[in-house]
Amino acid sequence: MAYVDDFPTDARIVRWNMAVAFLALGVGGLFGMVQALHRTGVFRGFVSSADYYTVLTGHGVLLALVFTIFALCGLFTWGVTRSLDRSLPSPKLTYTWFGMMFVGAAVAAITILGGLVPSIPFNADVLYTFYAPMKAHPAFYAGLALFIVGTWLAGFDWFRTYWHWRGDNPDQRIPLQTFMVLTTMLMWYISSAGVAVEVLFFLLPWSLGLIAEVDPLLTRTLFWYFGHPVVYFWLMPAYFIWYTVLPKLSGGRLFSDPLARVVFVLFLLLSTPVGFHHQYVDPGIPEGFKFIAMTNTMFLLLPSLLTAFTVVASMEHGARQRGGEGRLSWLRKLPWDEPAFAGCALAGLMFAAGGFSGIINAGMNINYLVHNTLWVPGHFHLTVGTASALTFMAAGYWLFPQITGNRLRFRSLATVQPYLWFVGMTLMSNAMHRAGLAGIPRRTAEPQYGSVTFEGVVGGVSEMRIQIAIGGTLLFVALLLFLIVVFGTWLGGDGTDTIRVNGSIPAPLSGPEHSPKILDNLKLWTAVAIVLIVLAYGLPLSALVADGLFAPGSPPIPV
Amino acid sequence: MEIHRYEKLWTVAALLLIVGLIATVTYGAVGPGVTMVSDSGGTVDADSLGDTEFGDPGVTQVGENEYEVHVVARQFLFQPGTAEPIRVPANSEVTFYITAADVVHGFEVAGTNVNVMAIPGQVAEVTVRFDDPAEYGIVCHEYCGSGHHTMAGQLVVVPEDEYDTEGS
Repeated sequence: MAYVDDFPTDARIVRWNMAVAFLALGVGGLFGMVQALHRTGVFRGFVSSADYYTVLTGHGVLLALVFTIFALCGLFTWGVTRSLDRSLPSPKLTYTWFGMMFVGAAVAAITILGGLVPSIPFNADVLYTFYAPMKAHPAFYAGLALFIVGTWLAGFDWFRTYWHWRGDNPDQRIPLQTFMVLTTMLMWYISSAGVAVEVLFFLLPWSLGLIAEVDPLLTRTLFWYFGHPVVYFWLMPAYFIWYTVLPKLSGGRLFSDPLARVVFVLFLLLSTPVGFHHQYVDPGIPEGFKFIAMTNTMFLLLPSLLTAFTVVASMEHGARQRGGEGRLSWLRKLPWDEPAFAGCALAGLMFAAGGFSGIINAGMNINYLVHNTLWVPGHFHLTVGTASALTFMAAGYWLFPQITGNRLRFRSLATVQPYLWFVGMTLMSNAMHRAGLAGIPRRTAEPQYGSVTFEGVVGGVSEMRIQIAIGGTLLFVALLLFLIVVFGTWLGGDGTDTIRVNGSIPAPLSGPEHSPKILDNLKLWTAVAIVLIVLAYGLPLSALVADGLFAPGSPPIPV
Repeated sequence: MEIHRYEKLWTVAALLLIVGLIATVTYGAVGPGVTMVSDSGGTVDADSLGDTEFGDPGVTQVGENEYEVHVVARQFLFQPGTAEPIRVPANSEVTFYITAADVVHGFEVAGTNVNVMAIPGQVAEVTVRFDDPAEYGIVCHEYCGSGHHTMAGQLVVVPEDEYDTEGS
């Protein structure tokens, strides 16, 4: 029995979320290739340099918000219903949140794409960070707000499913996948409040002309209050796959359920009070609060390092179940020719590198060197662009047969795809990191200036450009292969195949009974998380608004 | 809670790494004296920069070997920096005060640690020593509009004797 046979309604909503996610990935990925070729000067025929920023905004919004969050909604809907073994309680609520998210994302996307068509009066060339006082069309902000409220309702839907289950099972431990979904959503409610306040109370009325000025530093601070936690909103679904699906794909079972819970609680506690580390070089924020944010950021390394241990230990256990032996030669027994496994494992490997470049970003003093340089995109293309994106794609290879009832098609393309992504990302990301060290800025159509020369520590600037261009192109080819496989699988069958994968997930080696009950006390952890945020943000935010909510103010400046 | 022995070792090692990383930054602050951009620059009214010390931006000598540079970033130039280079003598301590007149900009002296955000209404203050004569490029590294990629400038550190003769 496939998931789709047990939960036909839920499987449909999972498919729809995945379809939107992967279509956004396709369009956003195409934009990514256009940028890689344009900014390196290899080919500038797609758009003008002025329109580059429309493409860049589309790339950021479609990939960092639309793709990741729709994929999350698909994975989490599957995880909650599967692990609680019950459907979402009300299809009406489910269709409501999906509809709100879809309409919101579509409105924002159309507003952005309007920038490419001169006859259309709206645009939103404000990048994914939409810093005031650069102003987008009000529809852009309204679309984002609708999208975010949709995600809140989605979380409510999963909480409701849990409460129903809890009514029937008062004494049981929360199943691991549901535990991960609930802690992730609690983190999201707390952190997305920042961007909701920014958009609803400041940017939307300001873009409509209802208020004359906004404080650029205050709105920027509210953005980054959400802007780093959103990173964990992409990453935690990848962890969710690495903890619950990857051990099975390796041929074994999860090493430790209690540690997985500890990790998710740590993310809930520490994800939000770190935002100032994006503002280390901003004026107007006292040094002490930057230091507090840095300490929290560094401690966020802990859950990721624990994850590295548990996930690798689980993979090793799987490999030994398959006959692996020796200190390292067990690695050879892992199913490297299975696209779902290979994708997750390669994503995890690259995430380790991305984690280390993230430590550099987090360090207050060395951040001076890399802030807003190409180093930063080099870093997050390993985190969101590989840890999340490649994991979601790999999970798709395993999940799509179960949610459609069709066998995976074009298997050989699927087998090659994760490796192609890996090679493309290795070229692009290593060159971006090094270019950043040379001082080459991010977010620019033409980083070639008459009065500025950049000197690479290792290798030359032209060689870095070529690597970025080739890497970006390989990534887009890998993306096309993926889209052919999943949409071929979905549309190319009638749902009656005998599928080859099974959806069961084996119990962990060390189960929830080994963890203290307090871990499941979500109210306690939410309260602690809020206290930490008040400590990190209370004083600097009150200082920022002490001279008035809208002062020092800036009127909107059209782009 | 049952924790495997290797898990315990790993956790301790991870915590030591984290504390060590924080310690290196703390050492940077109290030892070599690396300071962060802070709120020390204060705020200004971005709509009327003419009435402030940014009304006539440029280089001012404030002590022996000590200079202040006021820079206004606006779409799509640095003032000074773009039309004419910022000139300071070698062997000097230079404090930059940077603000933005319209949208958020960046001010990065490529190849150095001078790298701050220019935010309307806020003044970024950063101090740096220039020991030897050199030429540096300045780039805006925050997207500031459709001409963002044209926004660049230069900082020239000239030999001390040359600066004195030109200044007199």
